[in-house]
Amino acid sequence: MKITQISVFLENRKGRLSQVCSMLGQAGINIRALTIAETESFGVLRMVVDKPSEAADLFRKNGITANQTAVVAAEVPDKPGGLAEVLKTLSDSDVNVEYMYGFVEKHSENALLVFRFDNPELAARILRENGLKVIDEKGIQGL
Amino acid sequence: MEITYWNKNIETMDRPAIEALQLQRLRELVDQSLKMDFYKNRLLRVGITSSEDIQSLDDLRRLPFNVKDDLRQNFPTGLLAVDMRDVVRVHSSSGTTGIPTVIYFSRQDMDNWTDLLARSIVATGCCQDDVFQNMMTYGLFTGGLGLHYGAERVGMTVIPVGGGNTQRQVQIMKDFKTTVLHVTPSYLLHIHSKLESFETRPEDLYIQRVFLGAEPYSENTRLKLEDLYGIDAYNSYGLSEMNGPGVAFECVYKQGMHVWEDAYILEIIDPETGEILPDGEQGEVVLTNLVRSAMPLFRYRTRDLAYVNSEPCRCGRTHRRLSRIQGRTDDMLIINGVNVFPSQIEEVIMAIPEVGTNYLIHLTKIGSLDKLAVKVEIYSKLFTGDMSALDGLKAKIKEKLRASITINPVIELHEPGALPHSEGKAKRVLDEREQL
Repeated sequence: MKITQISVFLENRKGRLSQVCSMLGQAGINIRALTIAETESFGVLRMVVDKPSEAADLFRKNGITANQTAVVAAEVPDKPGGLAEVLKTLSDSDVNVEYMYGFVEKHSENALLVFRFDNPELAARILRENGLKVIDEKGIQGL
Repeated sequence: MEITYWNKNIETMDRPAIEALQLQRLRELVDQSLKMDFYKNRLLRVGITSSEDIQSLDDLRRLPFNVKDDLRQNFPTGLLAVDMRDVVRVHSSSGTTGIPTVIYFSRQDMDNWTDLLARSIVATGCCQDDVFQNMMTYGLFTGGLGLHYGAERVGMTVIPVGGGNTQRQVQIMKDFKTTVLHVTPSYLLHIHSKLESFETRPEDLYIQRVFLGAEPYSENTRLKLEDLYGIDAYNSYGLSEMNGPGVAFECVYKQGMHVWEDAYILEIIDPETGEILPDGEQGEVVLTNLVRSAMPLFRYRTRDLAYVNSEPCRCGRTHRRLSRIQGRTDDMLIINGVNVFPSQIEEVIMAIPEVGTNYLIHLTKIGSLDKLAVKVEIYSKLFTGDMSALDGLKAKIKEKLRASITINPVIELHEPGALPHSEGKAKRVLDEREQL
């Protein structure tokens, strides 16, 4: 139930993010979720796209430094305390969240979040056992 | 390991025989030099009036040193010893830093030089079966044409592609199954960073050996290239004043470069005092060219810093070995009062696997203090997407540099291909302190 996240190394240079995004746009690849972690001189763009392997190929051919990471996308109840409850369940099972970010659009009553766990297999199982919907690769394409 | 020689008699000659040959050629050189106004005045001043005054190799020390400025002062024909109609080749430095320096070859000189290059090429294990792609710039620069003629003399299949056009270079390597390259290390690193975009893996190439030259680089850069491509990379040494490449070359054992001592007399001096240093001690390389009659040049101060290894080499060659060039007397940077050679910085960063194939040393001034920024491209295959790994890499580079050069640099990480690169000699230092 893992999905693929593409991470891109970006130096802080004018127009660089826009170049990378338009490269995806021209190839007809849609960004579903993204976040940027940055320091003063460089950043890492993390995203979930509808066609991850095509995106990875595209970046390789264009000399963009990118890497694929396994993440888990899960629906979290969109209500006060919804996320807290999920995180507590995970933490009780000794699963750590390295980072997380939200999807661009919402497609149900729930919020769709991307999680990077130290143990994604176990995390996905726990989430499902607790009645949460975990979205797979197909599910991402169907959004 | 099988050892092949181009001219076994000369390459394995015993020391007394080498020295006897040197003495004979030195005397011819002195006679030739005395025909020229510039040298004649200098030689007479130290009491040398004919080759009769040179009775042993020790008498070489009586001769004055020559420096780059002497060549400039004599531009264009002051150091030409023969009639121009007997000159078959001219090479010249670019002159970007001032008046160019010019080198002349007679037909015999060209033959001598070409033979030294053939000897150098064969010492690395190359033979007639090899396909040689010469990626050095052709033209006034000695590097391109020098190796070209040497490789032809060996009988290799020579592809005179010259520098630049990376995609075509890689295509030619594949089309002609190139086995040997002659290239600057910075360009070979750059090519590696482009291979993926040409849908090519290093294992798709047939390269076995690479001759590196024309710019300073560290041992770790050589090792990195050998590792990235799965090749043997050989250091070479030469300078246009001494004909060009082929003054010294590594043999298959890659433990220092054999200086062809039948053609050159090698001295290592203390650059401050001019005093001759014993083998093993680092100092300035001083060379006398024994095989160029059109333009004699003796005791030339190269400004290159190196040391000599006089231990016998397993390859059987008796010619002493020169260490890699440790720096130049004129490329030392003074950063907040500390002496730093760019090669020290390169040695540190090229040993770090996550560092890619290009870097830049950038110096600026903030108030009265020098600021050293070391900009490195990351190695894309080792990018994990993990932010803390990148921060860790920055910290690691900074700490290793601080330990080596005692200065705290600012480290910047860049995308592969983002830093300025060169298809010929690399510019690794951008010093913007004077302008500020």
